[in-house]
Amino acid sequence: MELDQDQLRERSRPGRPPAQRTIYAEDASGIIDINELKERELGSTMTLSMGPQHPSTHGVLRLELELDGEIVISTKPDIGYLHTGMEKLMEAKKYQSNICITDRMDYLNPMGNNLGYVLAVEKLLQLEIPPRAQCIRVLMCELQRIASHLVWIGTHALDVGAMSVFFYAFDEREKILNMFEDVCGGRMTPSYFRVGGMFQDLPAGFDAKVNRFLSEFPSALEAFDTLLTGNRIFRGRLQGVGVLSAEDAISWGITGPSLRGSGVEHDLRRAEPYSGYENYDFDIPTFPEGDVWARYQVRRQEFRESLKIVRQCIEKMPTGPIKADNDKVVLPDRDDMKTHMDALIHHFLIAADGFKVPEGEVYVAIEGSKGELGYYIISDGSERPFRCHVRGPSFVNLSALPDMVKGSLIADVVAVIGSIDIVLGEIDR
Amino acid sequence: MGLENRVVNALPEVLTTRLDWVVNWARKSSLWPATFGLACCAIEMMAITAPRNDVARFGAEAFRASPRQADVMIVAGRVSKKMAPVLRRIYDQMPEPKWVISMGVCASVGGIFDNYAILQGVDKVVPVDVYVPGCPPRPEGLIYAIMKLQEKIQTDSLRNHPDVPMLEEPALVGREA
Amino acid sequence: MAKAPSAEDIAALGERFSEAIRGTREALGEVSAYVDPAFILEVCTFLRDDPRFQFNLLSDLTGVDLGLDQEPRFEVIYHLYSLPLGHRLRLKAQLPSEEPTIDSVTSIWKTANWHERETFDMFGIVFEGHPDLRRILTPDEFQWHPLRKDFPVRGYDDF
Repeated sequence: MELDQDQLRERSRPGRPPAQRTIYAEDASGIIDINELKERELGSTMTLSMGPQHPSTHGVLRLELELDGEIVISTKPDIGYLHTGMEKLMEAKKYQSNICITDRMDYLNPMGNNLGYVLAVEKLLQLEIPPRAQCIRVLMCELQRIASHLVWIGTHALDVGAMSVFFYAFDEREKILNMFEDVCGGRMTPSYFRVGGMFQDLPAGFDAKVNRFLSEFPSALEAFDTLLTGNRIFRGRLQGVGVLSAEDAISWGITGPSLRGSGVEHDLRRAEPYSGYENYDFDIPTFPEGDVWARYQVRRQEFRESLKIVRQCIEKMPTGPIKADNDKVVLPDRDDMKTHMDALIHHFLIAADGFKVPEGEVYVAIEGSKGELGYYIISDGSERPFRCHVRGPSFVNLSALPDMVKGSLIADVVAVIGSIDIVLGEIDR
Repeated sequence: MGLENRVVNALPEVLTTRLDWVVNWARKSSLWPATFGLACCAIEMMAITAPRNDVARFGAEAFRASPRQADVMIVAGRVSKKMAPVLRRIYDQMPEPKWVISMGVCASVGGIFDNYAILQGVDKVVPVDVYVPGCPPRPEGLIYAIMKLQEKIQTDSLRNHPDVPMLEEPALVGREA
Repeated sequence: MAKAPSAEDIAALGERFSEAIRGTREALGEVSAYVDPAFILEVCTFLRDDPRFQFNLLSDLTGVDLGLDQEPRFEVIYHLYSLPLGHRLRLKAQLPSEEPTIDSVTSIWKTANWHERETFDMFGIVFEGHPDLRRILTPDEFQWHPLRKDFPVRGYDDF
């Protein structure tokens, strides 16, 4: 059936029932050929507002999609629906109080957020962190990375139509959250890190729990592979979708698994080792295709790499103190407070007045579960930061979304959003 | 619902109390929450549907993306001033009867975010039935809130909802004296 | 920890742009270069393309309000990162309190787009040549720039 321009325009007008839209799609060549459809000048487009309340936007993201039938012509992400004014609030709070604000930024990676912040403050203070504290930090961050990727794999699969993975992933995640609860009492917002060390030491029998998790988790990974990696429908939804070349990815400032999915081998744990990451043996998985499938593969491998690091942490966990030796900054032990007068005085002063941080500015970046997580802190010598800016990886990665979904089908938009693993708390701050 | 109101008007007291019980039981046993995740609490809200906590035991596992199909809104997380009008609009789109659970301290009173961007309590925009403390509350906390809400629904009476729209002509129960 | 370009390279940069670069400072292993706002595009393009620097990734871009009594009052901060070399460099451009304006670097790094919108939203710094300079985080009807030091933490309007 030949259709002239007017008929085509008529058929692609907004508000037409979907059944008739299919005729227009079949008319191309029997199969939906996105590129051919893109080239047609159909004239009228439709604007669709997706979100802020939408199950597949991972929070309160709103997208203004300009559509030609099923094809996305342009996308305008509209963020700020979760704007919390954290950077302003951090200027008003003392250094130690801000740790609990960092928890609530990327709430899927709170341990990493804690670490970035305390590393920045410790750099200003020039504190030396004891090896045991550093090892605990790495252990917590890697467990957190696994937990964060578990939420990603569950929701990403849910978005493209595989529901059961979500249940398996959350079940595994509960095991990690239980471990966090053991060490600090908090599940999702642990605030376990302190400037100068950790809040408290690992509880007795903790390594046995981690070892049990290490022995059980690989079978869960196999289950994910069975459910997703070998699933033809899942592959079909992911392969060739949302392609981003390495040049574009760098220009868009994309970091983390999304950058490694475009074939760039860059990981701050390797490039700028912090907290003793240079002592661990792990690989950096990269996949050159740059599509959603490549990003899926990268995170799938990262589960295994994180497990490797966790295993090494448990094997060579050093003994010794978990706090830096600095009375003016680090809170004393509870036992000392009850027996030593000076410890009590230091505790009172730090808790009531905070600690002063020397004048200066630092930018410290760590490899969060989503990419480069940077803290830029300016100190004016007082006990509150003069300015604290957070470079959230989700914020930067999301800004490339319009480029990634241009010309794809509307159903692919949710797949792409899932693949860049955004957290709105970090984007809007 | 229109039917029970007509019954209340047309038939004696005894029947309506029984009807209250039946309707309340039906309503509380099948709460459909609107998917309304905002921040950290949303992840714990997702966790209640997962196998560990399994909110399906309480009949509230059917999360609906469309507010038109939902009857309880779980405000999970901090509500920014940019989000507040959207939240009210979604609440308005939910059919009666509807309930609101304010999950976490941020939604309840603003929490640690006492600043220019965050609404200091979602009850300034929508009426709240149950407040859940915690930052974020544990999944058990949210399940307890759902149970509390069920208790509240069970003690409810149809007479408490005079604003529920009623058809002009009683078509089903009919037979005016 | 982060690496900075070598002292010779920094000195060479200062010579190459003797007018544009007003000084450099090194503290805690991080190098900051103060750049004349009029030359920001030129300096950034050079830093991205020159083989000694290769700053192909704009890590971060943000602003600072130095205080009401300061002149120049605002600073725009660029954190550059070089993927091939692993170096970091911080650029600072100081802007006056009245009508702070600077050229947009979106033509050099696409990622600057949202960073500049955020800086505009939070500080009211205008980026000339930006393709779509709108508020990004606060609502459109919001009248203030919240990260300025004269804006109270709790804001003005009572909801």
